[in-house]
Amino acid sequence: MADPIHQFQIVDLVPLGKIGSSEIAFTNSALFMAIAVGGITAFLLGATSSRRLVPNRMQSMAELSYEFVANTIRSTAGTEGMRFFPFVFSLFMFILTVNLIGLIPYAFTVTTHIVITAALSLSVFITVLVYGFWKNGLHFFNLFVPKGIPIFILPLIVLIEVMSFLSRPISHSVRLFANMLAGHITLKVFASFVTMLTAYGVFGWAGAVLPLGLTIALTALEMLVAVLQAYVFAILTCIYLNDAIHPGH
Amino acid sequence: MADGKRGTGDRKNQPDDEAHLSARLQHLGERLNQVSRPAENSSGPRQTADPSALARGFRLSTELVAGVIVGALIGWLLDRWLGISPWGMIVFLLLGFAAGVLNVMRAAGVAPDANRTD
Repeated sequence: MADPIHQFQIVDLVPLGKIGSSEIAFTNSALFMAIAVGGITAFLLGATSSRRLVPNRMQSMAELSYEFVANTIRSTAGTEGMRFFPFVFSLFMFILTVNLIGLIPYAFTVTTHIVITAALSLSVFITVLVYGFWKNGLHFFNLFVPKGIPIFILPLIVLIEVMSFLSRPISHSVRLFANMLAGHITLKVFASFVTMLTAYGVFGWAGAVLPLGLTIALTALEMLVAVLQAYVFAILTCIYLNDAIHPGH
Repeated sequence: MADGKRGTGDRKNQPDDEAHLSARLQHLGERLNQVSRPAENSSGPRQTADPSALARGFRLSTELVAGVIVGALIGWLLDRWLGISPWGMIVFLLLGFAAGVLNVMRAAGVAPDANRTD
């Protein structure tokens, strides 16, 4: 059976040198990130180059993605959240593109590495902290003090609220990472059943129809998950930013 | 409402009344729209149903685990730094579980967000 984990291996493509004792190289992960960023840039620049009043297909796709993210931000973080639009839009487009590219056979899925998703979610977490303290000062701590709680259980509640706050980057990053990883492993396992069964002659070929059908169905499901995870990441970013903008009135 | 003795008196300015009534109805309709619009807007994309319900489902999956992990991590670190071996882990694992449950309830919309009562 083909190793289902093999697809996640990081391969050095171009060694760039060393920093200290750790090797720095242009890896396949970096290559696919560069492809994603290049693809997004090309798509948006190409779509908006001829700014028509009646958009053509590409332009209306770009407009749709703008409207979608803008509506998400407005509905969860209010109009004040729109100052974070570039941030959220970049996150959404990057994750979406990277996830969708990963579905192409032989492509590498960048978001199956927790380093990447943790870096993304920590950037959100740090943005929330920095902006929250910069905008609200010490009032930001109101986030941890719910109103209408009797004073004698307040310390316990505050402790739980703080831990709930600290768990955000973990759940934020693990969700994306785990969904992509699990999906790709499942896909690989079912696909390898097909090749295994075809080794058993005619009956094997007949039996291989089942896992093949499942693989196709799973590919469709993975497509949904790829888009949905990007959306979930974006909407949770908005919810967390909303806490930084309005930490408890 | 306009019954009995008032009915005879009001008959002559009935068209006027009707115009007044329809104006009021229109006004009421507008106000109802205004009042219900924010509620519609606040759950904005949620009205377009599916993506958001699925998104909520995906959200639930990791919230509890994340809380427990944070609790275990804090407990472990406190144990190491303060040398209070099992107690940090015991207390903070339980607190982390509580935080995880709180996360899940918030994500599911069961517990109102205490901070956002405005």
